[in-house]
Amino acid sequence: MSSETLELSAPLPLGAAANAETPPKTWWQGLIAVLAWAGAAGLTVLWPDEDTWDFTPHLAALLAVLTVVLAAAALTERRLPPLSARLRPLGPWLIALAILVSLWQVVTAKLGLLPRPFFHPPQSLLEVYLSDWEMLGISVAHSLRLLLLGYAIGASLGFIAGIGLGWSKPVAYWGHPVLRLIGPLPATAWLPIAFFAFPSSASASIFLVALASGIPVAILTWSGVSGVANAYYDIARTLGASSRFLVFKVAIPAAMPHVFVGLFMGLGSSFAVLVVAEMLGVKAGLGWYMQWAQGWGAYGNMYAALLVLALMCAGLVALLFKIRDRLLAWQKGMVRW
Amino acid sequence: MVALAQQADQALLGLSLDISGISHHFDLDGGPLQVLDDVSFSVEPGEFVALLGPSGCGKSTLLRLVAGLEPPRQGQLLEDGAPITGPHPSRVVMFQDPTLYPWRNVWDNVALGLEARGLLKTHKTRVDDALRLVGLDGFAKAFPHQLSGGMAQRVSLARALVNDPRLLVLDEPLGKLDSLTRLAMQGELVDLWRRSGFTALLVTHDVEEALFLATRVLVFSERPARIVADLKVDMTYPRHRSNSYLAELRHEIMVLLGLGANW
Repeated sequence: MSSETLELSAPLPLGAAANAETPPKTWWQGLIAVLAWAGAAGLTVLWPDEDTWDFTPHLAALLAVLTVVLAAAALTERRLPPLSARLRPLGPWLIALAILVSLWQVVTAKLGLLPRPFFHPPQSLLEVYLSDWEMLGISVAHSLRLLLLGYAIGASLGFIAGIGLGWSKPVAYWGHPVLRLIGPLPATAWLPIAFFAFPSSASASIFLVALASGIPVAILTWSGVSGVANAYYDIARTLGASSRFLVFKVAIPAAMPHVFVGLFMGLGSSFAVLVVAEMLGVKAGLGWYMQWAQGWGAYGNMYAALLVLALMCAGLVALLFKIRDRLLAWQKGMVRW
Repeated sequence: MVALAQQADQALLGLSLDISGISHHFDLDGGPLQVLDDVSFSVEPGEFVALLGPSGCGKSTLLRLVAGLEPPRQGQLLEDGAPITGPHPSRVVMFQDPTLYPWRNVWDNVALGLEARGLLKTHKTRVDDALRLVGLDGFAKAFPHQLSGGMAQRVSLARALVNDPRLLVLDEPLGKLDSLTRLAMQGELVDLWRRSGFTALLVTHDVEEALFLATRVLVFSERPARIVADLKVDMTYPRHRSNSYLAELRHEIMVLLGLGANW
């Protein structure tokens, strides 16, 4: 920010990253990880199980395949810089995961230290995935359908409501007390009402998910819109902007960072509501699957579903962040490069 | 640039202002705070008038009234004889902060006025012209956070000029720049004004800036602002900062501002 000539000649920090690094050395962590995974596979085959687990050979095969894939990657990554850049930071985790899977097997299948049926070895989860994948897949589809429908409805309505609250005085006058009253109420509190007020448990759940996601989106959108600097409006007004322009081209883009915080919070609470609704009323979905598996003591199935649920939620959050990073690329410099 | 300047020469002469009996106050917790006290003056088309006064005296409020962002509590503002009732793109303001939209790149920021009036499709080249005019044509795709203070203020100037303003309202636009950048941009502003023929109203508390740029300097009192002097700067452009006539005028103004002892 000093003299003008400096400013103009200085290159823009537009991501012309310095790629002139020294050629990468051998990826030792990768090779250790290969050994660790090979060890996990060997342990699975060579150490006899304490009880009969039908899927021990399958697990050994899976671990062997992982070992081969990792070995191939570790040996070729030096010639593939993009792969290298993604893979190398994962080194410690790849080692740790192999050790974790081994330890898990040792205390369950190999030594039987943990009480059954509450604890299951990894081969038991693998068994669930290989034998019950159809049911799990249908459950995922059901959960996703409820979640995405409810979230889409809730987020859109919340967004519109938030803009109304932030922009229009009458809407704020009537809407503010309502939101103040209903906002803090956990969406699950509506469960009993929702299940008799709606014709089906699915539509009740969609309503609950919409409510859970809509309220944070409404509140954050509202605070985003009302927090837009007056100077932004002054500029647009002196340049001849209509109120429509002020809403769509000034207020909404300026509020987007807040909106995304609301979308993130709403997504989190919609997961909670979805699982509760599926456990209590809906006869499908991952929440129902877990409840059902637990009901007849199939803890392996429960853990398997829990893992799938975790991956689904994490995936959706990651997707939301991807969308945010794309839409709010302009924020990078303000937050941090 | 050529297109902008030519059009300006032909059709868009600056507008005239008639400001009479303007008083204004803000309602604060402790009661009304008067900021303008019976201010009256006229500005001829194409004049460059500097409003000079102590910090916080109410000059910027006067500019907001002229821009139509607020109605005056008392008095009348006329442009070309007609009352000012609201903002209009013929009267463009350049604020102390560039206030670029961080979510728009430089080109889209400059295009703001044309877009707001639905003229962007037919007048795209004007955006490029305006960027060239302020020397930022290589930065169209850059985002505001990538610009220095001087560059950002140039973008804000381009955003104003793209609308062919008949009155450019300048609210200490160079106040936050470093001194070298400020001097350079003062020169650019004068050149632009001379080429384009718009009327300019500049609020500043930099006496030298006022004398270097303006054809006329109005000196204001402490708040509530009253006009204490109306001085004509009778000198051709380009001006030289160390000119003895300007030095005399500067002394005169410093005395009016109560700082005569230092000069």
